[in-house]
Amino acid sequence: MKRIVFCFAFIAALGCCNAVFAGSALDAFKGQEGVIKVAGGTAHIPVMKEAAKCIARFNPKVIVTVAGGGSGVGIRQVGEGLVDIGDAGRSATEEEISRYNLVQVKWAVDGVGVVVSPKNSVKSLSTEQLQQVFAGTISNWKELGGEDHAIDLYDRDSASGTRAVFVKKALKKGAVNGGANVVVSNGAMKTAIGGDPYGIGYVSVGHIDSTVTPVALDGVVPTIPSVQDGSYPVARGLYSSTRGKATGLSALLLNYLLSPEGQKIVEEKGFIGVK
Amino acid sequence: MTRLIRAAAVVTGICTIAVFFMMLILGWPLFSHGHLFALLVGGWNPGSDQFGILPMMVGSTAIAGGALLVGTPLSLGVAFVTAVFARGRMRRVLLSCVRLMSGVPTVVYGFVALIYLVPFIRSQFHSGSGFSILTASLVLGLLISPTMIVLFVNALDGVDPRARRAAAALGATPVQRLLYLQLSEALPGLLSGVVMGLGRAMGDTFISLMLAGNSINMPDGVLESARTLTAHIALVMAVDFHSLEFQSIYLCGFVLYLFTFMLVLILRVVDHRFRRGRVQ
Repeated sequence: MKRIVFCFAFIAALGCCNAVFAGSALDAFKGQEGVIKVAGGTAHIPVMKEAAKCIARFNPKVIVTVAGGGSGVGIRQVGEGLVDIGDAGRSATEEEISRYNLVQVKWAVDGVGVVVSPKNSVKSLSTEQLQQVFAGTISNWKELGGEDHAIDLYDRDSASGTRAVFVKKALKKGAVNGGANVVVSNGAMKTAIGGDPYGIGYVSVGHIDSTVTPVALDGVVPTIPSVQDGSYPVARGLYSSTRGKATGLSALLLNYLLSPEGQKIVEEKGFIGVK
Repeated sequence: MTRLIRAAAVVTGICTIAVFFMMLILGWPLFSHGHLFALLVGGWNPGSDQFGILPMMVGSTAIAGGALLVGTPLSLGVAFVTAVFARGRMRRVLLSCVRLMSGVPTVVYGFVALIYLVPFIRSQFHSGSGFSILTASLVLGLLISPTMIVLFVNALDGVDPRARRAAAALGATPVQRLLYLQLSEALPGLLSGVVMGLGRAMGDTFISLMLAGNSINMPDGVLESARTLTAHIALVMAVDFHSLEFQSIYLCGFVLYLFTFMLVLILRVVDHRFRRGRVQ
């Protein structure tokens, strides 16, 4: 039994963070002990989970718990002291910062891309068309050069950071039709769009994979390089906030995310580093 | 020991009442500002400061009602078979299946339906995305069935065995006994099963959140996407704690609470009437 566990641990260790064996940014966690509670933006989750895994492998006494909930939840929970670090896919508002005395760190940049099912033939839209689609004035794929079938709109809940950026920068604050379906996370959006040949929605570029097809906006396809060089404009920072300046384990985790190794995780998960 | 049990009962009772007052106090800004009416009959559009929950009330009622339409006949059928026709091993197997069904986590039903039922509904009806009142009702109907079946079976089994034997002695077949004796005798029990099912359907969050589509528009057909009160609470929970948008969820909680309260009340009244009619 022991051997099996060891095998699993070894295989897992091969999968990530070979830095465990060399001197690294993780050294700061040596001799530390405790739990870091993280909650908030769902776009952050893959990176946070990977970082948690690497840290736990280096020092099993440091446990990072990662919960979702959305950007609004992240900011509120850290503000009320329910978690140590609150993730948000948008910058906290002036009001939130002053109310909770938040200090935020931006550790990655992420694009928000329009996605459709791989079965859909429409692969490109102009900003104007996108606005009309989401407002509901264009309601059939035929009008966009696709099949003669109604468009199924998918939207996120109003506390979503992904939604905030999408509405502001892709729709230019245009309205979203009330008939749109609402899903609760980037993952749920991907499942919904991947399964609906007539659906249109938007996800964090880091989440785009073979189950959904990105749609070019004004001729620019949302990909990591196009977000990186700025040609794709619908992008936002990924932030982590603490109440007051980060101290103790929280500070170590944020430093780790900003270290070259942390930034490597960021890039592996499909985001753009800030260093 | 008696004291301990009594204390547990009192604490549970106090908690239920405390929740009511907590919602009343936390939602007070809404009630006292006088726009309660607008909140109850208006639409939801936070962008233009409209926080009405009418579409969600309609959504909740439609989905829970649909679930009853699906679940009641299904449960009645299973209960008839279990209580009347199945004997010995068959009955045990049926009942343990029902118990197993009630043990399956909601999210499993939701996930399976998301993968199989949603695309099926979308391809069968050429309108809508498959996320609809119909989809949620079908799954929710299945979900509330075990609760209803167990209560139905208990009610049918609870009919006085002497009456049953008397009916049999008069030459009644099992079907006749079921139709003319057990059904009418077990009516309050059957009704309480339906009300419990309805309560469960109203209170469920996950199925509707995953399958009903959560659109904020007033639904005008069973193939339309709709949002329930419970899903609405789950979706709005994440917004700024101090906004009016957030406070409106206390109203949702309040409405749900009142609804459950009324269901229990109706149940009690009907039960009481029935018993009194029996004595006379």
